[in-house]
Amino acid sequence: MKSVIKQEVLALNGDEAVAYAAKQADVDIVAAYPITPQTIIVERFSEYVANGEVETEFVCTESEHSAMTACLAAATAGARTFTATASAGLALMHEMLFVTSGCRAPVVMAVVNRALSAPINIHGDHSDSMAERDSGWIQIYAENAQEVYDSTIQAFRIAENPEVLLPVMVCLDGFTLSHTLENVNVFPDDVVKKFVGTRQLPQVLTHEGKTAPFKLDPENPMTMGPIALPNYYFEFKRQQEEAMKNALNMIKQVHDKYAQISDRSYGDGLAEKYHLEDAEIAIICLGSTAGTVKTVIDELRAEGVKAGLLRIRTFRPLPVKEIIKALENVTGIAVMDRAMSFGGNGGPVYHEVRHVLYGADKHPYVINYIYGLGGRDTSPEQIRKIYEDLRRIIQTQRVEEPIKYVGLRE
Amino acid sequence: MTSQEKSWKEISPAGVCWKPSTEFLTGDWKTYKPIRDLEKCTRCLFCVLFCPDGAIHWKPEKEDIEFDYNFCKGCGICANECPTKAIEMKLE
Repeated sequence: MKSVIKQEVLALNGDEAVAYAAKQADVDIVAAYPITPQTIIVERFSEYVANGEVETEFVCTESEHSAMTACLAAATAGARTFTATASAGLALMHEMLFVTSGCRAPVVMAVVNRALSAPINIHGDHSDSMAERDSGWIQIYAENAQEVYDSTIQAFRIAENPEVLLPVMVCLDGFTLSHTLENVNVFPDDVVKKFVGTRQLPQVLTHEGKTAPFKLDPENPMTMGPIALPNYYFEFKRQQEEAMKNALNMIKQVHDKYAQISDRSYGDGLAEKYHLEDAEIAIICLGSTAGTVKTVIDELRAEGVKAGLLRIRTFRPLPVKEIIKALENVTGIAVMDRAMSFGGNGGPVYHEVRHVLYGADKHPYVINYIYGLGGRDTSPEQIRKIYEDLRRIIQTQRVEEPIKYVGLRE
Repeated sequence: MTSQEKSWKEISPAGVCWKPSTEFLTGDWKTYKPIRDLEKCTRCLFCVLFCPDGAIHWKPEKEDIEFDYNFCKGCGICANECPTKAIEMKLE
């Protein structure tokens, strides 16, 4: 049932939208270290703390490894926890990302996507978060600043759900989203506070033979993250996979509940279809590039070309059934990757989409376009060229080059 | 692995322990076992203090120490620290 709540329009860039959402989500602890292009998030949040607008404990750490460690510790004590990073900062967290997901600590983190060195580059691409796709974190990729705000709020409710209990990355494209001012609809503070609620803790059996809320508490001592040898480690990893399956459902549910009060939706929360119903050719991409693709689709549709888009919003967990269903009538597919998997025969999104489609009844043509590395701009003309390639492929029924590079000087 | 071990559906998340660590007998890890020469031992309790596993206990009723071989991992720190060289590490 829809009951849309009146919202205020603020001019925010993507980073500010993250900080604003985290402020409204009643976060207990923020432990962070600044890095371009995430810096604005940390700056804004520390202003909220300095101005007394939040009761959050702000922990300035000496590195991202420490920031994630502090977040993990706070989350295991039952706190609502938030941090943000980018590029090398995320890479430095690598070890602790696995510990955080393995300890089932529902930390929410904004990842402002930026290229990894070398050569050093501060601009946007997905090489940082794609390198962490197997770290046990949920990954949501936003298209614009509004979705960044909405996804950050939703992330707390997804992460902290006792059926999920997994950390969440909200990924936004460096500069394209982080530093670009947009009109963002925001809720009153109390609406967000009510939507995210207080953190729920499942009951667990402790070594004292008692059941107790899942948090580190001197009243109910328990051990989290101990050594697990070959006889138990595997079982804990299987639990994490189950949590990812539960997350698929929970992401949809939280997205739908949020849509009822915001009047905004992003497909089903897992993937968003644009003119895909009767599409013959389609692009698959993540993040802000979808905005450019939609503009090109509008032009192509006016010309009578049956072009569509599937934007994967939740890359982890990967919405396998939804991808198969969405693409069942498409003949030619171009998967756009803003990261490379060197020597891996294409980019990570391409690998996964092709892998998913192996289980489909029909096998369409699937080709890969690597684009936008190190912040290189991707123009509508280049997107149009991709659709032209797809049209040629389905007409000639031949794929000459399955993996291509957009805007690269040959 | 034994049939008593639980499935992934039965255990708490994040490795939360459902039994105390004292139920995991780590003493079977050892290769060398500390054996004490009662003549040389002065009951100075250095070994009790230095044992990283808390596996050497002072028993006031006996006025003597006792090794808990269920938890002694055979590291040999006690033998190394013993001022009278009263502890010998013997191959098990």
